Amino acid sequence: MPNDWQPVCSIEILRLRAQVFDDIRRFFSARGVLEVETPLLGHGSGTDPQLDFFTTDYCSPPLQHTMFLQTSPEFAMKRLLAAGSGSIYQLCKAFRNGESGRFHNPEFTLLEWYRVGFTLPQLMDEIAELMAVLFNGHRVLNPVQRFSYQDIFQRLTGLYPLEFSYQDYCAYARGNQMPEAASICGYDHGLWLDFIFSHNVQPQLGENAVCMVYGYPACQSSLAALNEYNSQITDRVEVFVNGIELGNGYYELTDAIEQDRRFDEEMSIRQQKKRTFPVKDKRLIAAMEAGLPECSGMAIGLDRLLMLLTNSASIDDVLNFPINRA
Amino acid sequence: MASYSTNEFKAGLKVMLDNDPCAIIENEFVKPGKGQAFNRVKIRNLKTGRVIERTFKSGDSLEGADVVDVEMQYLYNDGEFRHFMVPDTYEQYQCDEKAVGEASKWLKDQDSCTVTLWNDAPLSVSPANFVELAIVETDPGVRGDTSGGGGKPATLETGAVVRVPLFVQQGEVIKVDTRTGEYISRVKE
Repeated sequence: MPNDWQPVCSIEILRLRAQVFDDIRRFFSARGVLEVETPLLGHGSGTDPQLDFFTTDYCSPPLQHTMFLQTSPEFAMKRLLAAGSGSIYQLCKAFRNGESGRFHNPEFTLLEWYRVGFTLPQLMDEIAELMAVLFNGHRVLNPVQRFSYQDIFQRLTGLYPLEFSYQDYCAYARGNQMPEAASICGYDHGLWLDFIFSHNVQPQLGENAVCMVYGYPACQSSLAALNEYNSQITDRVEVFVNGIELGNGYYELTDAIEQDRRFDEEMSIRQQKKRTFPVKDKRLIAAMEAGLPECSGMAIGLDRLLMLLTNSASIDDVLNFPINRA
Repeated sequence: MASYSTNEFKAGLKVMLDNDPCAIIENEFVKPGKGQAFNRVKIRNLKTGRVIERTFKSGDSLEGADVVDVEMQYLYNDGEFRHFMVPDTYEQYQCDEKAVGEASKWLKDQDSCTVTLWNDAPLSVSPANFVELAIVETDPGVRGDTSGGGGKPATLETGAVVRVPLFVQQGEVIKVDTRTGEYISRVKE
């Protein structure tokens, strides 16, 4: 008899997940942040050139529409913000097609929250406070670390990340047993940064500590605002613990025209890469035209958080039915 | 040969890389939330045995390699080549010392072993995990000493040298784990 009807994770981990949800709800409720729920299924999709979405058909005879499972609840939550919801959070599923591995399951759980009036540093303070609550009792962490992308990249690789030097990057790759980097990345600055960061920077971040990296190069973020003082970087933050990426946050872009321009740019990149052509979320643009309040937002992958709380080697270990058993 | 995309890279899959046949050992999907997806692959070159790490852009593919493991019987050494036979078909293969490599020190006539063929030519030879071989030379031990401590070197009929307990004598047949080169036990005749 096949026994793949059974959950992969233990009942204890089901309890821990419930506990984490509980802690999160308590944390935000105490701060007056409203829990919301938005559709998983939408008429528009993200345009991120690096994400593939699940599509499905909505049948309402005689009409048939293609709809998309969200890759994150960002757009719908921003529409609520534009409608005057105030600060909000959500615990929900997100879907990313084709992403499967030790740290990825195509269907996963996100905590996403938006703080009206928060700057990026204020958001980072709140992230640190939330992490302290969630790790409490499971793991004693070293003090929170904060680095600018430029500082940590330079410190760990000796390379300057904000300006592209093909020679320097190639020499670095050759010297670090990654000769294939040059043929993979070519003259694509953003791709080089992804390559070097994920191979040689990220694994060293946050040794038993919450590590926040902020100020990502502008070529690396589509929904973050450009930094007020330095247009080479964006107000984006990433959170790492033990080299594992836990989440991403922005001081959000509120300019509808700029957002529309970035969407178009990304859609043409997708077309070049021959990836599924997205349907631009016009309702988000309309909401931003009506006025998205100044805010900062953050998304945390809760399955990976559970991996860290339980010292699990694979995301499957904290899921009841990972994709192969779903 | 079919080609395989990064998401089909499973442990054991044989592929061609830099014109050499290789076996995938480990495949890790690396994807920043907002960035390019990569696959970091640990791969063994089947010709040299060397293990390297190589990164691919997710979705890239490699040509499959026609590599198969075949159970064969070791026949004899003609001085230049070692000869093997597939018991079912009587088909014979000859391997040079390079292909036989480390396995040579465990190969006894008639023993079965695994020969890895690439495009039907021998690439490497793996001995059985456990072999039974006679000791041709070892210092006389102290009778009655059954403690495991210390031990002494013993030369086996194939030329391999393994450490055996002091009580094991010349002429005796012993069982050895070829993966570690360690003595397991005496074999009662």
